[in-house]
Amino acid sequence: MTLEAAYSDIGRLDRLSYLDTAVHRLDPRAKVIATMLFVVAVVSFPRYEVLSLLPFFLFPLLVGAFGDIPAGFIARKVAAVSPFAVFVGMFNPLLDPGIVAVSPGFSVSAGWVSFASILVKFALTVSAALLLIATTSFPGICRGLRRLGFPALFVSQLLFLYRYLFVLVEEAIRVVRARDMRSFGRRGTGARVFVRIVGTLFLRTVERAERIYGAMLARGFRGEGPSMRPETLRPADAVFVLSSAAWFALCRFVPVPQAIGRLVRGLAG
Amino acid sequence: MHMADALLSPAVGGTFWAGTAATIGYASKRLKQGIDDRKIPLMGVLGAFIFASQMINFTIPGTGSSGHLGGGMILAILLGPHAAFLVMASVLTVQGLFFADGGLLALGCNVWNLGIYPCYVAYPLVYRPLAGDGSSPRRIFAASLVGAVGALQLGALSVALQTHLSGKSELPFGSFLLLMQPIHLAIGIVEGLVTAGVVSFVRALRPEILDASAARGSIPASASLRTVLVGFIALAAVTGGALSWFASAHPDGLEWSIERITGKAELQEREHGVSAALKELQEKTAILPDYGFRTPEAEAGKPEETPSWPSVDAGSTVSGLVGGILVLAMAMLVGWAVRALRRRRAG
Repeated sequence: MTLEAAYSDIGRLDRLSYLDTAVHRLDPRAKVIATMLFVVAVVSFPRYEVLSLLPFFLFPLLVGAFGDIPAGFIARKVAAVSPFAVFVGMFNPLLDPGIVAVSPGFSVSAGWVSFASILVKFALTVSAALLLIATTSFPGICRGLRRLGFPALFVSQLLFLYRYLFVLVEEAIRVVRARDMRSFGRRGTGARVFVRIVGTLFLRTVERAERIYGAMLARGFRGEGPSMRPETLRPADAVFVLSSAAWFALCRFVPVPQAIGRLVRGLAG
Repeated sequence: MHMADALLSPAVGGTFWAGTAATIGYASKRLKQGIDDRKIPLMGVLGAFIFASQMINFTIPGTGSSGHLGGGMILAILLGPHAAFLVMASVLTVQGLFFADGGLLALGCNVWNLGIYPCYVAYPLVYRPLAGDGSSPRRIFAASLVGAVGALQLGALSVALQTHLSGKSELPFGSFLLLMQPIHLAIGIVEGLVTAGVVSFVRALRPEILDASAARGSIPASASLRTVLVGFIALAAVTGGALSWFASAHPDGLEWSIERITGKAELQEREHGVSAALKELQEKTAILPDYGFRTPEAEAGKPEETPSWPSVDAGSTVSGLVGGILVLAMAMLVGWAVRALRRRRAG
C-alpha cells in the first residue's frame, strides 16, 4: 500500500464513522463490548472448526448493512492485511497431512481444514474490528475506553495521536514525494536518506507540537481533554449487547449449521 | 510482525492483554507523577510521527525485501521509557483499529512485542549502559544498533511463541523461528542504524530535546532501577511461564509428536511455580479460559480417530456442509435485504 492509498483509507474510515445510522447512534461502549465478545467467541473455536463459524458472519453483515458501510471496501481492506495470517497458516496443509473424510469417497487433509479455519476466523475478526471503527467515531471510542476504565493519560494520548495523524501523514507524504522526485522514481533509497527523512519529520513534529501546545494553553487546556456530553447507556444499547451476546453464545455452543442441515435433509425426506 | 486475532487462542490473547493493560496502568501512573503538561501533546504528536514514519518503507540491503521502523527505540531514547511505551501502545491501538494490523484480541500481544521489549528491556538494560551519558556519538551508535536489534529479536521470538502457544498454526516452532529471526535481524540492523542516525540528527540540530530526556532519565536513579526490575519480572513471568510450557511440551521431535497425540492436558498438571501462577492469572483474566484449554483436549484423540472417521457418520458431515452453506447464504441474504430496504427507504 502506498502512503497516499493508506492515507485515503484512514480518511474514508473516518468519514464513514460520522454517518448517522442506528448502528452509529449506539453507545461506543456497547459496540466495543459486543465486538470484543465476538472476537473472543470466534477465536475460541478449536482449530479444526470451519462450519460452526459460518453463522458468525451474520454479525458483521448486519452491522455493515444497518450501518450503511460499503461491503466491498471492508472486503478489500480485509484482503489487503491478510498476508501475515495466510503466511503463518499456509503451512498447515503441508505439515498436518492427517486425512479427514468429508463424505464417502471424498476426503481432505486436516491441514486444509485448519487453514480454512484460520482464514475464516481472520475474515471474521478483522471485518468486525474495521466495522467497529467505521461505525464509531474515534473520539467516541476514546470516551468509551475512558468510561470502561482505561487510564486518562492513555486515552488522551490516543486522542492526540488521532488528532495529529492526518496532519503528520500529510507532512510525510510531502517529504516522500520530494524524495521520489529527486530520486527519479527509484523508490528504495538508502538508510542515509531515510534517516534524514525521519529526522526532518521528527523535528517538524516537535516544532508543530510546541505551537499546538501554545495554542492549547491559550484556549485553557489544563492537562485533560474535556468531554462535551455525558453519555448514558440507552435501552437500545442494552438490547444490542444482550442480543449479540445471546447470538454468539448460541453459535458457540450449538452447532447451528449441522442442526439446520439435518433439518433440511429431514424435510427433503 | 503484527499478530492477528485468527492465530491466537483466547487464553494467550487474554494473558498478554492483562500484561499489557497492567503495564499501561503502570506507565500512566509513573508519568503522572512528574509530568510536565507540555509533554502530553508532544507525546500525541510523536505518536502521529511514528505512525507516519512507519508508513515509509525502507529497503533491506541485499534481500530485496523491505521493512519499516518499529519506532520503540527512537521513542524510548527521545522521551524516556514510560512515555515511549504509552505512545507505542496508542500507535498500535490505532493501527489495530484502522489498518487491522493485528486485531482487538491480538492488541495485547502486539503492544507487548513492539512496546515492552524496546521500552522496558532494550532501552534500560542495553541502551543506557552502552550509551552512557550520551556524549559520545560512537557509543550512541553502538547502543542504538544493539538495542534495536535486541528489541526486535525479542519481539520476533515473542510472535513465534504466541503463535505456537495458541496452537492454531502447524508451523513447527523451530522453523517459524528460523523464518522470523533472520529477517528481523536484518530489519533490526536497519532500524538500529536509523535510530542512531535520527538521534545524532536531533542532537546536532536541537540538542535540548535530548538533554531534557537524558536529565529525566538520570534523576530518579532508584526509580529507574525499579522500572527495570518490574519490567524484568513481568518479562520473566510471561516468557518463563511460556517457555517452560513450551519446553516441557516439546523438547524434541519425539515428544513433540507424543504431545500431538496425547494433548497438553497432562503436561499442564505438571506445571508449577511461575507457570502455575501464570495459569491462575489467565483463569482470572481470560474471558473464556476454558476454551483455550479445551482446544488441545478436544484435538487429543484426533490422530487416532482419523482412520475410523469415514465409517463414523458420513451423514452428519453432509448435514454440516449443507447447513453451513445454507447459514452463510441466509446471513448474506439478510444483510443484503437490510441494505436494500434501507436504500429504498432513503431514496
